[in-house]
Amino acid sequence: MEEYMKPQKIKKKFFTPGVIVISVFAAFGLLVLLARFIFGLGAVTHLSNQYPWGIWIGLDVALGVALAAGGFTTAALGHIMHREKFHVIIRPALLTALLGYTFVALSVATDLGRWYYIWHPLIFWNGNSALFEVGMCVMIYMTVLYIEFLPIVCERFIGRVNLPGILRKLNKPIDRLLQVLDKGLDKTMFIFIIAGVVLSCLHQSSLGTLMIIAGPKMHPLWQTPVLPLLFLLSAISVGFPMVIFESIISSKSFGLKPEMDVLTDLARMVGPILFTYLAFKVGDMVIRKTFVYLYEINTTSVMFTIELIVGVVIPLRMFFSPKIVKSPTGVFIASCLVIFGVFMNRLNNFIVAYNPPYSFQPYFPSIGEILVTLGFISLEVLLYRAAVMIFPIITQPSEGALKTKYAIKGVK
Amino acid sequence: MEKQSRRNFLKTTAIATAAITGLTTRKTKAQEQKGFLPDKAMGVLVDTTVCIGCRKCEWACKTAHQMPTPPIEEYDNRDVFKKMRRPDYTSYTVVNEYKNSDPDKFPIDVKVQCMHCDQPACVSACIVGAFSKLENGAVVWDESKCIGCRYCMVACPFQIPAFEFHKAFQPKITKCDFCYTRQSEGKLPACVEVCPVEALTFGKREDLIQVAKEKIRLYPKRYINHIYGEFEVGGTSWMYLASEDFTKLSFPKLQREPAPGVSESIQHGIFAYFIPPVALYALLGGVMWLNKNKKTETEEE
Ligand code: SF4
Ligand code: SF4
Ligand code: SF4
Repeated sequence: MEEYMKPQKIKKKFFTPGVIVISVFAAFGLLVLLARFIFGLGAVTHLSNQYPWGIWIGLDVALGVALAAGGFTTAALGHIMHREKFHVIIRPALLTALLGYTFVALSVATDLGRWYYIWHPLIFWNGNSALFEVGMCVMIYMTVLYIEFLPIVCERFIGRVNLPGILRKLNKPIDRLLQVLDKGLDKTMFIFIIAGVVLSCLHQSSLGTLMIIAGPKMHPLWQTPVLPLLFLLSAISVGFPMVIFESIISSKSFGLKPEMDVLTDLARMVGPILFTYLAFKVGDMVIRKTFVYLYEINTTSVMFTIELIVGVVIPLRMFFSPKIVKSPTGVFIASCLVIFGVFMNRLNNFIVAYNPPYSFQPYFPSIGEILVTLGFISLEVLLYRAAVMIFPIITQPSEGALKTKYAIKGVK
Repeated sequence: MEKQSRRNFLKTTAIATAAITGLTTRKTKAQEQKGFLPDKAMGVLVDTTVCIGCRKCEWACKTAHQMPTPPIEEYDNRDVFKKMRRPDYTSYTVVNEYKNSDPDKFPIDVKVQCMHCDQPACVSACIVGAFSKLENGAVVWDESKCIGCRYCMVACPFQIPAFEFHKAFQPKITKCDFCYTRQSEGKLPACVEVCPVEALTFGKREDLIQVAKEKIRLYPKRYINHIYGEFEVGGTSWMYLASEDFTKLSFPKLQREPAPGVSESIQHGIFAYFIPPVALYALLGGVMWLNKNKKTETEEE
């Protein structure tokens, strides 16, 4: 049966009504982006000397990195633990991580005042800086992700390089190059796969170290020396839910049946991981006695409670229910809640908890900031759609394999 | 209402810092010794009971740094005190005025600028090392390195570094540079030199602490017994004397532990000589190899 099931390009129309709406969002985002580069950060954002970081760092970067965690968690599961069954989800997760990190890099560049110096950390090192560590790891990991993606490119184009016009002369050499690459990578890929997991663990946790230096400016509900561990655990928790979320969405949008037997197994693993995260989070709260801040009802305590109850406790209960993990709707909702929980957590850590002295008015993202964020997400979705149409990413039954449980709905 | 929340904020932050530092007391010992050549470190003692709020220091600072400034006469206008101001790209230092709790006494004027911390959060935080602490205590910014990430602003406990948000090209991080070029020419910082009432005293940091203690001893009614900056975040080159509690004059309440202490020890813990990452790499490699072998074995059976 194996040979009937393999990753293939999706053959569908690119534009659907949904895709057109998304394209409009992307276009708006790009317009605001243009304004930011012409008129400066101040013209587009609500950032100030008191609030130097807004949602472009808190969400586009910090959340983006967390949500790309599906890449390294599935790599660890599929390649390192060698659980063959999960190989069907590795490619989509890899593609998501690749796009995710690419957009993290773009968001960083957007937020940097002197974006054209983005390469400076390569030559001016400051090992004491948590940001330096995050920057370096993300840069290296992104390279690793692109290397991990190369075999898919090889698979797609070996023997099929077909450039038009005068470029035709290049067809042969490119084909040879791809073949050499493919051979070499086949033997060495394990180096990159392990490196990817190590690098991810490092920078996922260092993202948590970032705000620690803000010291008393950060609300005690979040300010804790174990933040690096909490960030790492929450990233691992959101890895599989993100894979489930995407898998269900893309099967829906391409008219495929969700691969429930794989997803159910994935979902079963989420519960224990989430539980570990919750245990550390609550344990830390008890040790530092920060629950006292929950007695006073204000934005901070409400945000914290939502983050914990809606984003962790409820999905935790759901992922432990044998019935829910078997239902596509059930795992989808539970996964959405975990994603929402990590969204709240990063928002809280970087924006809500940050309470600087001398602030004249609290920070709230401007329309421009929101449009750029939405624009980036939209572009990512569009690129994902394009990529699965060009490259063999999503596993589907090959033509001729009529009877499989992955049968395409309504397509013969 | 306003007051209440501010006090709450200060209270909570104090507890938080205490909790964090409790976990890292071992580290701070080592860092205390690290210090920056304390015998060469210069400083300024600001006596807020002497300051008359003439704002000549603002003018002198701008002039010394070739920044646009209105003529000096316009600084006599005291309307500016109606609003609290913060240093930004238009001025590295500002004077704010606070009501005296004794209504018969003059209001209290407080000059604000970078504190030139002994172990500065901005230096520790900066991704490219654009901030550095010089021998004489000055903390300065290097335009050629900075990438404009503004992490220094997130880190500074005094919320001092400011950014030129309105500029699309080569925006600067701006803050008081302790007039280090003037100092290297043997001159006083411009603000100290111009001050007509000697509210600012420039000297070796150690000597200034002695001067401040002596003042407090001689005039116990005039000063509260607290030199702000002697110990805050590990000590700052600029220090303050005042007649009222510093929290009433908008000084943040800070602990003795240097701001970068916790984050640096975590950072160095995760990376200690690259042992943890390398060990993780080896561990994962081993797991991968074992699982692969198990696989082939079961397949052969
Ligand atoms: S006051 Fe802020 S900017 Fe000045 S040295 Fe200290 S941390 Fe750096
Ligand atoms: S904005 Fe510049 S000086 Fe500040 S931390 Fe970033 S690179 Fe360093
Ligand atoms: S020391 Fe120099 S740069 Fe700093 S406030 Fe005084 S005049 Fe301005």
